[in-house]
Amino acid sequence: MAAVGPALEGIAARPLGALRPDEYAEVCRRLRRDPTPAELGMFGVMWSEHCAYKHSRAALRRLPTRGPGVLRGPGENAGAVDAGDGWAAVFKMESHNHPSAVAPFHGAATGVGGIIRDVLAMGARPVALLDSLRFGPLDDPATAPQARGVIAGIAAYGNSIGVPTVGGELRCAPCYRANPLVNVACLGLVRADRIATSRAAGPGNAVVYLGARTGRDGMQGAAFASVELSGNPSDRSAVQMGDPFTGKLLIEATLEALATGAVVALQDMGAAGITCALSEMSARGGVGMDVDIRLVPRREDRMTPEEVLLSESQERMLLVVAAGREEEVLRVARRWELPAVVIGRVVADPVLSVRDGARTIVSLDPRHLTDAPAYAPAAMPPAYLDEVRRLDVSALPLHDPAHALLALLRGPGTRSARWVFRQYDHMIQTNTVVPPGADAAVLRLKDAPPSGVALAVDGNGRACYLDPCTGAMLAVLEAAQNLACAGAVPAAVTDCLNFASPERPDVFWTFTQAVDGIARACDALDVPVVGGNVSFYNEAGDAIYPTPVIAMLGRVADVRRRAASGWLGRGDVIVLFGDGTPALDGSEYLELIHGRVAGRLPTPDLPAVARTIRCVRDAVAEGLVVSAHDCAEGGIAVALAECCMPSRIGARVALPAAGRHDAVLFGEAIGRVVVSVRPDGITKLLEFARRFDVPVQVIGTVGGGRLVVGAADVSGASTSPDAAPWLDVPVGILAQAWDADGEVS
Amino acid sequence: MTIGIVVFPGSNCDADTYHAVRDVLGCEAVYVWHQETALDGLDAVVLPGGFAYGDYLRAGAIAATSPVMRAVRRYAAAGRPVLGICNGFQVLVETRLLPGALLLNRPGEFRCEHVRIRVERADTPFTCALREGDILRLPIAHGEGRYYVDAETLAALTRDRQIAFRYCDAAGHTTESANPNGALDNIAGVATVSGTVLGLMPHPERASEAIVGSADGLRIFESLARWIAGRGVVPAPAGAGAGGGAAPAGRAEGR
Repeated sequence: MAAVGPALEGIAARPLGALRPDEYAEVCRRLRRDPTPAELGMFGVMWSEHCAYKHSRAALRRLPTRGPGVLRGPGENAGAVDAGDGWAAVFKMESHNHPSAVAPFHGAATGVGGIIRDVLAMGARPVALLDSLRFGPLDDPATAPQARGVIAGIAAYGNSIGVPTVGGELRCAPCYRANPLVNVACLGLVRADRIATSRAAGPGNAVVYLGARTGRDGMQGAAFASVELSGNPSDRSAVQMGDPFTGKLLIEATLEALATGAVVALQDMGAAGITCALSEMSARGGVGMDVDIRLVPRREDRMTPEEVLLSESQERMLLVVAAGREEEVLRVARRWELPAVVIGRVVADPVLSVRDGARTIVSLDPRHLTDAPAYAPAAMPPAYLDEVRRLDVSALPLHDPAHALLALLRGPGTRSARWVFRQYDHMIQTNTVVPPGADAAVLRLKDAPPSGVALAVDGNGRACYLDPCTGAMLAVLEAAQNLACAGAVPAAVTDCLNFASPERPDVFWTFTQAVDGIARACDALDVPVVGGNVSFYNEAGDAIYPTPVIAMLGRVADVRRRAASGWLGRGDVIVLFGDGTPALDGSEYLELIHGRVAGRLPTPDLPAVARTIRCVRDAVAEGLVVSAHDCAEGGIAVALAECCMPSRIGARVALPAAGRHDAVLFGEAIGRVVVSVRPDGITKLLEFARRFDVPVQVIGTVGGGRLVVGAADVSGASTSPDAAPWLDVPVGILAQAWDADGEVS
Repeated sequence: MTIGIVVFPGSNCDADTYHAVRDVLGCEAVYVWHQETALDGLDAVVLPGGFAYGDYLRAGAIAATSPVMRAVRRYAAAGRPVLGICNGFQVLVETRLLPGALLLNRPGEFRCEHVRIRVERADTPFTCALREGDILRLPIAHGEGRYYVDAETLAALTRDRQIAFRYCDAAGHTTESANPNGALDNIAGVATVSGTVLGLMPHPERASEAIVGSADGLRIFESLARWIAGRGVVPAPAGAGAGGGAAPAGRAEGR
């Protein structure tokens, strides 16, 4: 474990739990008395930033959440959209950053388990996972074991529980060294008319505890996640322990219990444990509950009722079961050898009563717990912006493009991620049509052939550091571009917004800017945000980059119609879609080759990018192209090199020479996609692009064993590089750099 | 023709195997709960992949003691076909229905990727529609798949033609680089002497449709269907062979 900065005051030492003095006064005002110790503990976790979104709630209203396909928006355990043929896709992403910083393996593993249960709580069978990871530099002695632990934790949990990890991304920057980011998204499927709810209802109905026994792990984890990391060894008790075996049994038992028809409502016991499930289910249903906490199955002796209320032990669900039908659910639990106990009843009055045997330890309106105060923090542009936006490109020395390309291909953000995803079972459930490694993963829907879904996850912390609004837009557009390369129509976004302390005006400004960027890009693409998660206080000494991560779900009409992620046929014509002007500002090249994180990001032309995305998507879906791959980090040079990888075929490419060759080759601009097309299909494709009003250029030809890139001649008519190309590298050398089969040292 | 698929707590390839058998192969498939004690009416039993009982203690170790495995042992002793895939192979080894052990992969971590295996024996219920030397492209997905036996047992396995599959390259060579987990002698699957009990680490059920990357695995299930059909409707206790000279020896073994 790395040192995580100077020791601050630990959570356990806070006299008011995790509450601030004014919040404590608010609790007393609402209750018209002092809270009991148990109630104080419950307020502490329920009013934590993690559970209550105190600082983010107002800003998040800016996000578009409605759309024709939205079946459930934010507010339930996860969002749901129409997946066609009567199926609903349930989709959500969540962070597990703090736990992963303190205990990488278990922190990451329980992050997977937690998001799976959120999807399960909607009545959906989890069918796919994606993860977005941020670490310090992988050659850093503190980062390497941390990264290994996180990846192993994701693998151990996801592989065992039988949900494929079909995609993800990994980026590195020094700001994540002590505060890594572990964001996990999960997709589930359920019949649209069988989506479950967390709204408790029906006085007299049973409140049923289902799943693993409660222990002392994850104590007050939600509160721990809502302050800066302190490096306090006692923080380890705030990390949950994952048991994927029990998690797997819980999936099957929960789905089987739902199939009985006896379950009225359910929710997982995740952050804030049983406290959250009791209060949210009651509050959402406008009812109360009367439960005896002594009946909760425990795995440790002498746990106090408060400990049981605050434990975040994993693999537990809370169910409301129709009165008289309890045995149907308990029978299912016995079959799966899981503890299940009726711990109380739903009551009509909106009063949550928790008893410890005969002694009442909690008695309050559950809405007091769920309606935490909301804050409108001060926001101010960070002072660093003026400085970092200053970049004189002409002062940068020119490097040998071939060396630069190879260095970029070896970079942590651009190299092949095979070393990570081969540790994840990405094929189980036998739906994975396009495995990790392409722009987007594609899954077939076994029960609705030939349709499918595509998934992509993207985030660009460096861009958000330079310009949070533009950087957030880029994340959304990049995800949509990735889906377009799979021929998928965007259907829903779920996001993880990772930021430092919202109590700092400069940080909060970046947050509001990023939310605005997401909203604008989603509006332009007409895709709703159906849910997500905000993770603040990601700082341990240094603040992380503002890092909004976007996971996007798309619908694929026919999974058999798809483009490859790289060249397939020698002689095929290479076409560049979109005409954004590539810039070195904020680029991967600038950081990796010149050691600079600087520049002014151009504001994306949203309508133009949206047109390109639609055009590429339809061209792929109609089978007009052989391959499609977008230009992202590393610019067109890296994109072209990546197109050579799957079949190890080279290409000859000529690019219009405008300005410095490094800007042409490695400059980045959103809205550019490289496609290859059979020679007899080129006319149709160009005509197709014209109809979408999307600029296209024929830039080269597939073939040979080398990637040769040079300047097009002045007329622009030639598509072969001139006699002195910028780049001329054997594909084997590119492949060696890109996928050295290396690991974290 | 009915194929039983055993479900242990923690099995997670049971539904995939069910899909391959029923929806792709077109045979009847039924789940067999781990507490079942009889396997009557089943023409074959498959132990699917997963993490039975979490693979806690040791992969397959706890599952080997479950009630259904006593029934599987009797079923196998009667010469009836039993196929163990991945975790199912681990369970067969832990049950001692098959020799050897499956150790932690040589890379020290889980591996999920496509590999190639060479058919070493075409006279088992699971390979009778294949030929020796055929190469199948199948996925692996395991952390403990490195097959190991002592030298003496290896000699016996080789002599008795119990090695059913070996990892190989595209040309069929059993090279070290084609061996994904460090398995002894590139062994990917082993069988009983009769061939009626077979375990392999790769997942044929995941490679039963071209849309998910390969349909080579279907040939293993097709073999099984052909073998069952060849035995006629009334199951003979042992020894009744499949057509095409692929008759299994059918000798029951009570390991």
